[in-house]
Amino acid sequence: MNERLKGIIENIGLPRLLIASFLLLLFIIAPFVGVRVDTSINDVIARFAMNGILVLSLFPMIKSGCGLNFGLQLGVIAGLLGAVISLEMKVTGFAGFVLAIIISIVFAIIFGYLYGLLLNKVKGEEMVVATYVGFSAVSFMSIMWLLLPFKNPDMIWAYGGEGLRTTISTEGYWHHILNDFLSFQIGSHITIPTGALLFFALLCLIVWAFFRTKAGTAMEAVGSNPDYARSCGIDVDRVRIQSVIFSTIIAALGILVYQQSFGFIQLYNAPLMMAFPAIAAILLGGASVTKVKMWNVLLGALLFQGILTMTPSVINNLIKSDMSETIRIIISNGMIVYALTRRMKVRS
Amino acid sequence: MKNQDSLKTVNPVKQFFINYAVPILFIIMIVFAAPMSGLSPVFLINEVMTRLTRNSFLILSLLIPVLAGMGMNFGIVMGAMAGQIGLILITDWQIVGVPGILLAMLISTPIAIVFGYFTGIVLNKARGREMVTGMMLGYFMNGIYQLLVLYGMGKIIPIRDKSILLSRGYGIRNAISLDGIRQSLDNVIKLDIMGIQIPLVTLAVIALNCLFIIWFRKTKLGQDMRTVGQDMEVARMAGIDVEKTRIISIIISTVLAAYGMIIYLQNIGTINTYNSHEQIGFFAVAALLVGGASVSRASILNVFIGVVLFHTVFIVSPRAGKELIGSAQLGEYFRVFITYGVIAFSLALYAWRNRIEAENERKKAMMLRRASLQNEAEEGGNL
Amino acid sequence: MKDKFLLRMENVSKDFYGNTVLKNVNLNVKPGEIVGLVGENGAGKSTLMKIIFGSSEIYETGGYNGKIIFAGEEVNFRSSFDALQAGIGMVHQEFVLIPGYSATENILLNTEPTRPNILAEVFDERVNTLDWPEMKKRAKEAIGLLEVDLDPDMLVKEMPVGHRQFTEIAREINRESTKLLIMDEPTAVLTESEADVVLKVIKKIASMGIAVIFISHRLKEILTVCDYIVVLRDGEIQKELRPAETNEREIAEYMVGKDLGEKSGVNREKREFNETILKIENLWVDMPGEQVNGISLEVKKGEILGIGGLTGQGKLGIANGIMGLYPAEGRVIFKGEELPLNNTREILNRGLAFVSEDRRGIGLLLDQPLNWNIAFTAMQVKGEYLKNYLGGLIKWRDDEAISQLAREYIERLNIKCFSERQYARELSGGNQQKVCLAKAFALNPEVLFVSEPTRGIDIGAKKLVLDTLRLYNREYGTTIIITSSELEELRTISDRIAIINEGKIAGILPPTADRVEFGLLMLGKMETGEGVLNE
Repeated sequence: MNERLKGIIENIGLPRLLIASFLLLLFIIAPFVGVRVDTSINDVIARFAMNGILVLSLFPMIKSGCGLNFGLQLGVIAGLLGAVISLEMKVTGFAGFVLAIIISIVFAIIFGYLYGLLLNKVKGEEMVVATYVGFSAVSFMSIMWLLLPFKNPDMIWAYGGEGLRTTISTEGYWHHILNDFLSFQIGSHITIPTGALLFFALLCLIVWAFFRTKAGTAMEAVGSNPDYARSCGIDVDRVRIQSVIFSTIIAALGILVYQQSFGFIQLYNAPLMMAFPAIAAILLGGASVTKVKMWNVLLGALLFQGILTMTPSVINNLIKSDMSETIRIIISNGMIVYALTRRMKVRS
Repeated sequence: MKNQDSLKTVNPVKQFFINYAVPILFIIMIVFAAPMSGLSPVFLINEVMTRLTRNSFLILSLLIPVLAGMGMNFGIVMGAMAGQIGLILITDWQIVGVPGILLAMLISTPIAIVFGYFTGIVLNKARGREMVTGMMLGYFMNGIYQLLVLYGMGKIIPIRDKSILLSRGYGIRNAISLDGIRQSLDNVIKLDIMGIQIPLVTLAVIALNCLFIIWFRKTKLGQDMRTVGQDMEVARMAGIDVEKTRIISIIISTVLAAYGMIIYLQNIGTINTYNSHEQIGFFAVAALLVGGASVSRASILNVFIGVVLFHTVFIVSPRAGKELIGSAQLGEYFRVFITYGVIAFSLALYAWRNRIEAENERKKAMMLRRASLQNEAEEGGNL
Repeated sequence: MKDKFLLRMENVSKDFYGNTVLKNVNLNVKPGEIVGLVGENGAGKSTLMKIIFGSSEIYETGGYNGKIIFAGEEVNFRSSFDALQAGIGMVHQEFVLIPGYSATENILLNTEPTRPNILAEVFDERVNTLDWPEMKKRAKEAIGLLEVDLDPDMLVKEMPVGHRQFTEIAREINRESTKLLIMDEPTAVLTESEADVVLKVIKKIASMGIAVIFISHRLKEILTVCDYIVVLRDGEIQKELRPAETNEREIAEYMVGKDLGEKSGVNREKREFNETILKIENLWVDMPGEQVNGISLEVKKGEILGIGGLTGQGKLGIANGIMGLYPAEGRVIFKGEELPLNNTREILNRGLAFVSEDRRGIGLLLDQPLNWNIAFTAMQVKGEYLKNYLGGLIKWRDDEAISQLAREYIERLNIKCFSERQYARELSGGNQQKVCLAKAFALNPEVLFVSEPTRGIDIGAKKLVLDTLRLYNREYGTTIIITSSELEELRTISDRIAIINEGKIAGILPPTADRVEFGLLMLGKMETGEGVLNE
């Protein structure tokens, strides 16, 4: 009996079990401390749709054995470039959003290719190098946001006239363009952001489908056992670059969806730490440094956003103090440390 | 034989430029930016001197884990937290001057040992990815630190001085002024040579740390660390307790970082309770790398060269940015960029070179083997 | 009463999970004696050494049976440190040295003399400072004892290979307690002149009263240096011989065993092959531990060519090098066209295939189902088992066809599994091997390299695998180059057998040749004509 219980816990994973029970507990307590369950559910769904794609973006790189993408910010930057350039061109509505997507993808391909080349050169040290590449890219772009000759008055500082604002509203361009698409209400407090969810689902489908093609199969084999792949005539380095480009593109799309939902394009230091919550979420969902499945993405995004939504409201009402930020730091970084210390499965 | 010699000398000039690419780049930047900033030499030297006394101790704390082959210890932020806890407590107890600093160090020591021990254990489990794990652990412990300082202090840990607490009655304020100990170590004996302020005692403390490191390298433990750093398996086969040795190196580093943080903050004079420690890891690592160190090789000289070069660029870049483009903000961003950029560049270059060198080694060994086999065959034929 | 023997082993046996590898070994070694240990792969040499040196692997797998008495006391080491403490040293085949350290530092690794220090009282002895003058003195002494020319300040990474070996030996000598030194192929990586010096050193060590157990595959060395020679085969001591009273042929005979004659199942079918399909010219392969040093070989279309030899001699490097898994140089001509070396994809395209000796490391995707494992290469290389959409823009994996293929091979090769969707990891060794074969067969190769196809699988499965290969060869006319450590296996299946020694071909024999002749080739006795073989 004890053995079986152990087996079950091992299967689901202790951290996941703890976090899920914690989340459940929060939902149970919520009504007693004056937090509405339906608004909470609404928030969780909205955040899930908003952040899910960023979590999904980690998928191809884990699959190909490149590890956790600590340089996710590169994709985010591609997305930001797409967003601001599309705004600069003053294309509004759906066309504006599509334009942003196209520009983002172009940048993501370029960034992803260079980033992938670099990661191949530093095999074994990918994660630490990626972290700092991500950080330096963000700080480099901070300089660029100041210097690039953007002219749209909606985006530049009202007084100085030079340089982009730290936050730019998407209002009037493509604010909630996906969220409001086919959205509907359940009860009085739950709005389903159908468009954003559909877009997320579409990307999941594309990723899933890719891994059923010849190239995707090769990518999975490279991640599973690079020596095997090499002995089958696969160019391992090339496949790894493909996965990095793929991840970077999805991250770029992820930030665009995030912005249309959030309502603002956040520049300068805002993307600096964006890799960590996404990584924490996918790990929370059951992925490891070397293994991932689609349900890890979905479950992880849901659990992580659930915790982020529920802790501030419930805990703050419960103990009358704002511990949510601290709890977020401990959970998300603790999750990453835990994953990094787990031994990779020894081949024997 | 000829072959062997030609292989050994792989263009030393090129080698030098690759090895010291980062410091050379910084020197070039300084040569251009310093005059542009319009700062007077005395001002500049004074500033550099301040940074030298402020930062050197902290950066020195990175050296021992490098010796043990654990790379750049981004986990020194945990030492910094321990140091800050010490400082918060002595501020509350209102113990001032040098005794206050010493007491803060005393308090921070056991905390840093515990943090270091914990870090060491975690890093032993994350072998091969110590750096990224150390960094994430720093972020994680930041949460624990917040729990302790923001929620524990004033509630569980008694704080008498209400002025350092948040208005809600518990939790430390975002910034505390260290009036009691501000620069008290620097000011014990301060020389003024041609307008340049030299805080003799702080420098002496730094010198002491250098001596400690030099001595430590000569001990059996230091040699064991070097062995572990070079090859864990050989060390293990020779009977060295690899895990314990690695943990000790991290503990020493964390404790030194705690002291380093105290020296750093007494010079600045205020603690940003929730921010001061966060960036310390990056800045220290970046400075050390700018000094010409690499992941596997770092000396005391690298520390001082690094502090001088890195901070000179730091001092001049906002001014130069303002002169050049008319934006001080740009210089700010530039500072952050070079910090991260230097780390990214150095780590990538190191990993890259390791791979190239391994491949070269292989080729060289293969060539030598072929040559010797052919020689033998020829000799055999001649007989 | 003092024991005149330093080491006495009485009826020592060892099995790994019911698999007996040593049977009733009795070995007595006197101080100052040099004992040579000879045996084929898997004869039990390394297990015997591990037992004496107290490898924790032995202890963790249930220890051994029998008694070992060392220096008058019965011992049962749990780890190598116990053995070191007792006075047993080991010189490994692979250097256990720190490349960035000087000879001195390596010789005194973790035995450094120190100067006492007050802090040591407070903390730990490890904060004592190193006594460098004493270290240098001790290193020089150890080097002096060996009477070799070794610079104590030179970094190991800058030393020639021979000097690295001296450094290892000096380290063991430096331990004052060392009474017995095990040397596992200390000359394997050395040139002949370097090896000669090592042999001198071994004699010197013995003259100091230290006993030496010397393992080598070079019979000449064994014969010149040893006081007596122990031949191991199948975990048993076959014979103890005195060098003066024996010769290479006798040793080889004891090593490989007597021929079983008609009963042995040796391939006696004489087949004629005319067309050359693969011509290897001066092939060098840099595969760690299995280096190939300039081999030239012609392979005939339709034959089964066996490649044999002792472990570490380079036989495995040939297939790995040609297939591009390890850096190779030289020329390989396939059907009149030169193959692009180090380009696995192109070589697979041309119609060569490979079943790796590293089944779990390279041969399989352990965490993927069987059908993937079998079809993957064919899918990637030949574009089979795919459905093309949008004019080939989307190449969709055809899971049904893949499963179909897998089921076909599961039936043909009798692979025991629940279904083609089972993970490769869950299969037994023999069935995993069949999956590897199926993967190669699915490519319909013209030339198939198979390395160690029966390693680690049970007897029934071995026969099945070999029968499968033979059948495949007869049915499709596929040329097969089979590399194996088991000579008998090669003799049952091959048309010709090449024996590799020190990265070169020592000779090529028909499978019907006497076992002893194979044994002599394995031990480096180059083929010089019929005379030697019929001596």
